[in-house]
Amino acid sequence: MPQQRPETATGIHGWGVYIPRFRIKMEDIAREWGWSDSQWKALAMIEKAIAGPDEDSTTMGLEAAANAMKRAGVDPGDVGAVFFGTESKPYAVKPSATIIAEALGVTPVTMASDLEFACRAASEGLRASLGLVASGMVKYAIIIGSDTAQANPGDVLEFTASSGAAAYVVGPSPGSAAVFEGSYSYVTDTPDFWRREGTPYPRHGEGFTGEPAYFAHIIGAARGLMNTLGLKPSDFKYAVFHQPNGRFPLKVGEMLGFKPEQLKAGIVTPLIGNTYNASALIGLARILDNAAPGDRILVAPFGSGAGSDAYSIIVTDAVEEKRNKAPKVDELVSKKIMINYSTYAKFRHMIRVVRE
Amino acid sequence: MAGFSAPAVWRGRTHRYRLVAGKCTSCGKLHYPPSYSCPYCGSRSMVEAELPRVGRLMSYSVVYSVPFDSKSRAPVILGLVDLGVARVISEITDASPEDVSVGMQVEAVFRRIAEDGGTGLIVYGIKFRPVKGA
Repeated sequence: MPQQRPETATGIHGWGVYIPRFRIKMEDIAREWGWSDSQWKALAMIEKAIAGPDEDSTTMGLEAAANAMKRAGVDPGDVGAVFFGTESKPYAVKPSATIIAEALGVTPVTMASDLEFACRAASEGLRASLGLVASGMVKYAIIIGSDTAQANPGDVLEFTASSGAAAYVVGPSPGSAAVFEGSYSYVTDTPDFWRREGTPYPRHGEGFTGEPAYFAHIIGAARGLMNTLGLKPSDFKYAVFHQPNGRFPLKVGEMLGFKPEQLKAGIVTPLIGNTYNASALIGLARILDNAAPGDRILVAPFGSGAGSDAYSIIVTDAVEEKRNKAPKVDELVSKKIMINYSTYAKFRHMIRVVRE
Repeated sequence: MAGFSAPAVWRGRTHRYRLVAGKCTSCGKLHYPPSYSCPYCGSRSMVEAELPRVGRLMSYSVVYSVPFDSKSRAPVILGLVDLGVARVISEITDASPEDVSVGMQVEAVFRRIAEDGGTGLIVYGIKFRPVKGA
């Protein structure tokens, strides 16, 4: 079934990223909980980014969206949809999308909603936006992936669960920095990672998060996309995947037939951690920061539960004049303030303070 | 800090979210946060105007004794920021006292300003952070 047709009329007009400045080293986490250094080294991790005490997924999402709007240069009144993908909502009930839409000046005539599908919610918003834009229902849509990822203290997940945001402004293909060539979604009911209502930290199926979840779904989406479009790995300059750690995206790329040089430009997790809904989208942003017109990119976010979307994107000439209008990923990665475990625990509300 | 008024939080959202000042159509001066009358000439003829988002720190205070909901950010730095056309009093975030100095360049960022305990409203708005953070 051809799934790519409507997307050919759509493109990325702006991309934006936000990475909080605070960082903790893997050694500090390992020392605190008695882990062997081999544990985090096997994940190919170095540091992770941590939201400050006055930050949350909404504040980070807005900063990424504002950066995307700087590159897009579109009138906020022309934005007809704001989709916010997160699994760390500040409110259980009350949308972050409306706060962000209000701050961007997009309200009141717009769609706005928060989406949930573990780390893939923003990508679902992106796919929906392609249809909305291609059909002419909306002119521009803003898609935001933002998370202050939670991990039970002492859980192996704590090495990677981090904070960050990415946003994209999607609109008609003329004038865009990159045109969508096709997209393909692949979802099943797979219980690899979950968080029950009212509980603070997620649980996961340990090894079960890999083969039947991450690898099966990304491979399903990426192979489906390439088969539909008649493309092979060598037709792409870059490929970027969801990055739960520094190792998985290289492995899934290799399983699909990509070479390391196609994969490395989009891998950011070793330096900032897994930013969940922003993970693959920050990787894509880093590629757009450096890509040349004509480059073809495969991007495949993944979310537990489980599902993946694969997109083929072709960079246009407009990428050159847009890339310097907002901070690049490498600039955001390099602006950092190192903190220790106790400050990290305080910032992420892991210390219980009783009101007297 | 309990019992935030939802209408009050709602009324202030535009100036807090977008750094919107009041501009007096009589004397032309801007002030923040906007009020119903001009603090300079008393005119009640006002329009809204978005302020520049980058300015200089004119002065600051370091507050060590803070309300309960600000404890994770203590000590809190309160700054007077000169934006050229107006001056703004704001928290300086992403910085320790040793990171700030009079005259340093600061930029507006969107942050949590206050929260009504664990179940009430979260108030968002503008703070300022050093332009060169690390």
